[in-house]
Amino acid sequence: MSRVRERLASRAFSLTAVVIAVLWTTPTLGLLLSSFRPEDEIKTTGWWTVFGSPHVTLDNYDEVLFGSANASGRLAEHLVNSVVITLPSVLFPLVLGFFAAYALAWIDFRGRGALLVGIFALQIVPLQMALVPLLKLFSQGWLFLPAWGLTGPARFTHVWFAHTVFALPFAVFLLHNFLAGLPRDLIEAARVDGASHGTLLLRIVLPLAGPALVTFAIIQFIWVWNDLLVALALSGGTAETAPVTVRLAGLAGTRGNEWQRLTAGAFVSAFVPVLVFFALQRHFARGLLTGSVKG
Amino acid sequence: MSFDAVAQQPKLQHLLQGVVAFAAVVCLILLALHRGPARRRGAAFLLLAPALLLLTAGLVLPGLRTLLLSFMDREGDARVGLDNYVWLFTDPEALIALRNTLAWVVLVPLLVTAVGLLYAAAVVRSRFRALALSLVLLPMAISFVGAGLVWKFVYAYRPAEADQIGLLNQLVVTFGGTPRQWLVESPWNVLFLVVAMVWTQAGFAAVLLAGAIGAVPGEITEAARLDGASPRQIFWRITVPLIRPTLLVVVLAEVIGTFKAFDIVRTMTAGQFDTGVIAHEMYDQAFRYGETGRGAALAVLLFALVTPVVAYRIRAQRSAG
Repeated sequence: MSRVRERLASRAFSLTAVVIAVLWTTPTLGLLLSSFRPEDEIKTTGWWTVFGSPHVTLDNYDEVLFGSANASGRLAEHLVNSVVITLPSVLFPLVLGFFAAYALAWIDFRGRGALLVGIFALQIVPLQMALVPLLKLFSQGWLFLPAWGLTGPARFTHVWFAHTVFALPFAVFLLHNFLAGLPRDLIEAARVDGASHGTLLLRIVLPLAGPALVTFAIIQFIWVWNDLLVALALSGGTAETAPVTVRLAGLAGTRGNEWQRLTAGAFVSAFVPVLVFFALQRHFARGLLTGSVKG
Repeated sequence: MSFDAVAQQPKLQHLLQGVVAFAAVVCLILLALHRGPARRRGAAFLLLAPALLLLTAGLVLPGLRTLLLSFMDREGDARVGLDNYVWLFTDPEALIALRNTLAWVVLVPLLVTAVGLLYAAAVVRSRFRALALSLVLLPMAISFVGAGLVWKFVYAYRPAEADQIGLLNQLVVTFGGTPRQWLVESPWNVLFLVVAMVWTQAGFAAVLLAGAIGAVPGEITEAARLDGASPRQIFWRITVPLIRPTLLVVVLAEVIGTFKAFDIVRTMTAGQFDTGVIAHEMYDQAFRYGETGRGAALAVLLFALVTPVVAYRIRAQRSAG
């Protein structure tokens, strides 16, 4: 009796799993299939009819990436912006966070505990708290800081600055947790041998810190690449500096029914993070637990 | 075809300059570390200075300034006392944003955790565990903007006489209903945005919970089974209590993430049709309407709401190991 019930329960469980998996993949599948359909078909018939009359085209991608009309997206240029924004926004907090985490984990100095708690606590501050004053700082200067008055591609610097600052508390938190767990004997032995902090940092701690650095880099990469708020507030919104997400959100707003562009555009923007996701899935999953405090 | 390769050069040049400048600073620090003061303090100062400088200029001072701005008028010139906060709790549009945020913060963590737990429990002993988990985790890699588009397409509306292009309306029509504008009809449209958010987050919950369920010792569940406990009893009386710390971490992480939800609202409705939430209203006030004071007050409110949850979460995470 209990055997039968058990089997039924496990059936029901498997069925639930299948239902959830289908519910979770169908919407994406619909958008993906649509992105390869001709414009007039996307707008007049459902994507599920594609199986009856398969007309496949790459026109939508061509138009949304390279189309010359103003409304067409020009996502290729925005993709360049996304790359230019993302690389330094990952590199800068990675290096600076690593430096700070090393100092906090392996150098004894007065006030270390308080500093550690202070930096960790900054994780609480939502980035919304800093956006308006940052914009003012960049445009007008503030207190002793001069106006940056940057225009054109130099606006990228604003976005790098903001992403770096917003990522630092989390970077220090993540990396410090890892570095503080390294074997004390190893560090002490090197120190007794007369190694300077420079040598320790580069030769001994850096090679060991690989996994933590990769975890942070992935989380930060996906975060920055997918970010909308910081870019919307600080990047200026033109083809000169705005990343793909900003352009895509703009297309969704002003031309909310041009599905031939929106479907293809969504996958242009998703392509890179999904690639990273599949290539480094193990790190990604491990980073989730530590990563979710951020922002 | 238009791709202006020449227009891309200044960007790449700027990228190069930025990275080179940064590398120069890093090299200086490392050089000073080798040659400079051998005393501990000196080394600690060199390594911490850049991070502390950035955090002070970019987060601490701006944060304090936002606090001050929340007591100022729209230009940030004159003091207005608590006016912005009064506006926050009396203006109809602001109240709707508060109401919606409350709905989001209750529903998203609840649904995400429920779906995640169910799915995790179902796939954790399966041969296809890894594949099954990555299927639901994938929406996390797609941006919120992309997720917003995915669901906007599901909700797409065509008049009853035309063919439907949105999946939901097609289902409704198939079962004899009339198509509806899901994102327009308040207040239910808020729920349809919540569904999109849940869709992006459930994989996160499933992965963490599958890890926790997998770590429950087999002897315990086996012993319970031998004592005659049904699978359901084992799940609710043994597994769930044992993974409680992880459940708590998931719920709190979702609460925090949901408070800050901005992108999905922005992409799907831009806050129209009474769908605004605090984080989105903050952006609108501060950056679209130039109402700096009100935007600042909304940011401060967000901060005040998130702080206790984060503090609690950090404690919970410690005990979850």
